[in-house]
Amino acid sequence: MEKTNIMLLSVIIITYLLAIGYLGFLGFKKTKDAKDYMVAGGEIHPFVMAISYGATFISTSAIVGFGGVAGIFGMGLLWLTLCNVVFGIFIAFVVFGKRTRKLGHQLSAHTFPELLGKRFNSNFIQGASGLIIFTAMPLYASVVLIGAARFLESTLQIDYNTALLVFSLIIAAYVLAGGLRGVMYTDALQGTIMFVGMIVLLVITYSKLGGISAAHEKLTALAHLVPGKLQSIGHAGWTAMPETGSKWWWTLVSTIILGVGIGVLAQPQLAVRFMTVKSNRELNRAVLIGGIFIVVSTGVAFIVGSLSNVYFHETAGKIAIAAAKGNHDLIIPQYINEAMPTWFVYLFMIGLLSAGMSTLSSQFHAMGTSVGHDFFKKFFPNKGNTVLITKVGIVIAIIISIILGYQLPIGIIARGTAIFFGICAATFLPVYVAALYWKGATKTGATASIIAGFIASLFSLLFLHAKESAAIGLCEMIFGKKMLIEAHPWPVVDPILIALPISAIVLIVVSLATKNAE
Amino acid sequence: MLGFEDTSIAFVYIANIVAVTVCVIYGIINWNKGADTEAEEIAEELQWEKEEAELDKDL
Repeated sequence: MEKTNIMLLSVIIITYLLAIGYLGFLGFKKTKDAKDYMVAGGEIHPFVMAISYGATFISTSAIVGFGGVAGIFGMGLLWLTLCNVVFGIFIAFVVFGKRTRKLGHQLSAHTFPELLGKRFNSNFIQGASGLIIFTAMPLYASVVLIGAARFLESTLQIDYNTALLVFSLIIAAYVLAGGLRGVMYTDALQGTIMFVGMIVLLVITYSKLGGISAAHEKLTALAHLVPGKLQSIGHAGWTAMPETGSKWWWTLVSTIILGVGIGVLAQPQLAVRFMTVKSNRELNRAVLIGGIFIVVSTGVAFIVGSLSNVYFHETAGKIAIAAAKGNHDLIIPQYINEAMPTWFVYLFMIGLLSAGMSTLSSQFHAMGTSVGHDFFKKFFPNKGNTVLITKVGIVIAIIISIILGYQLPIGIIARGTAIFFGICAATFLPVYVAALYWKGATKTGATASIIAGFIASLFSLLFLHAKESAAIGLCEMIFGKKMLIEAHPWPVVDPILIALPISAIVLIVVSLATKNAE
Repeated sequence: MLGFEDTSIAFVYIANIVAVTVCVIYGIINWNKGADTEAEEIAEELQWEKEEAELDKDL
């Protein structure tokens, strides 16, 4: 795409805003009180329900961040798409969703920490979980912001810092104006634009590169262009898995595929959505639509991210990461801007920004309720005004996320997401599973598991996993070396593979030991 | 296969398509199952929605 076409851009933005405004009005009219909501809920088309879930799940992080990672790692990322469908949709909806909804309703729980706290009859579990979510989630929110800003930077050819500021202001205004709870209809419109955009992107990409198998063959033929540095740590080409057991393999499998693939099951802002559906029927239906949506959105991002290497090689004689000047967060924005027609770039930008908005608003909602409803109310029951604390909490969360957006290093989107997903999985997943399915789990066991999982996660990040421990520098300060265990593979084993088993073992052992006492 | 160097990549490419198909079949088979029919369930749902709406008002 050459220069910014102001006319075309304005037409697309105005049309979009009118549609959002109309749908918002429609949603507002239909949800006046709880009873109306119930009736309207019965009439909400399962398409709307599932796509709005998808729009919360899939954000700029998945498409820009992980799509860019696919530009370096290649098609091996399709294993993450498989995990997204199997764990993020099928197991999440069928195995977790139905029980979560039932338990949430029986216990009258409205947030994820409240579900865990009430199930184990522990104010500490609810309060501490709220605090953990509130402190860890800004990292995830900031990488979603960064993803949107990177796309704006490429598309409108503006400075990244300006792009981040503009998008942050839009988000702050949206959230503070009451857009915290994404209205289902607008979420669904955003999801639909995303969905259609991804299909068009896939079709144009394959047809530009000569068809499905031909495009893959061209990518296979580029294997010799993998930089020597990456080859030496196990990169075997974009259509091959890395050498088993190599550094590159551990990063792909433990951090990207397992960390994010399994971590999705313990995402507070997603788990809470299971409680808001009207009945199990909606969950059954959502499996169909959500499955298609997730495969199309993430699968296309990963395929196109990988194939962008062929495109950049044919047009500029470079591989994708070189074309994006070393920042893999820019691969997808740059590819779309160069390879796609202008109208598509603008439409895609709108879809992407709104996907970011729906994810961000659910994140800020989760952070606000975590600090107000869960942490403050449980730890300081008779003090202060919960409503005010919640609002102040949201403002603080927004500010921290924006500051992080400016401070975090380049190429951070996928890693930031993986860190957050890993912390959530290690801290909450065993307890969440036990809350739903294990009657033998005790309050002490659950408390110990949450503490152990969180500490083990932090410890692995600060002292074991090379990427973070070296960057943060605490390990070097205390022990004089970048990570505690330098022998392969420890510096590249993702914290989730260490912390999640510890958390699960602690839960089981402590529960069995305290069974009679409770 | 399919132009990929590794069969494992071809496998996961196809596995994704199979996984979606399973989701679609599951959705079709259970399309009308699982609706709240018991009066108790509906009352529980209504009560929960009411509390949720009250909480939302505070935000």
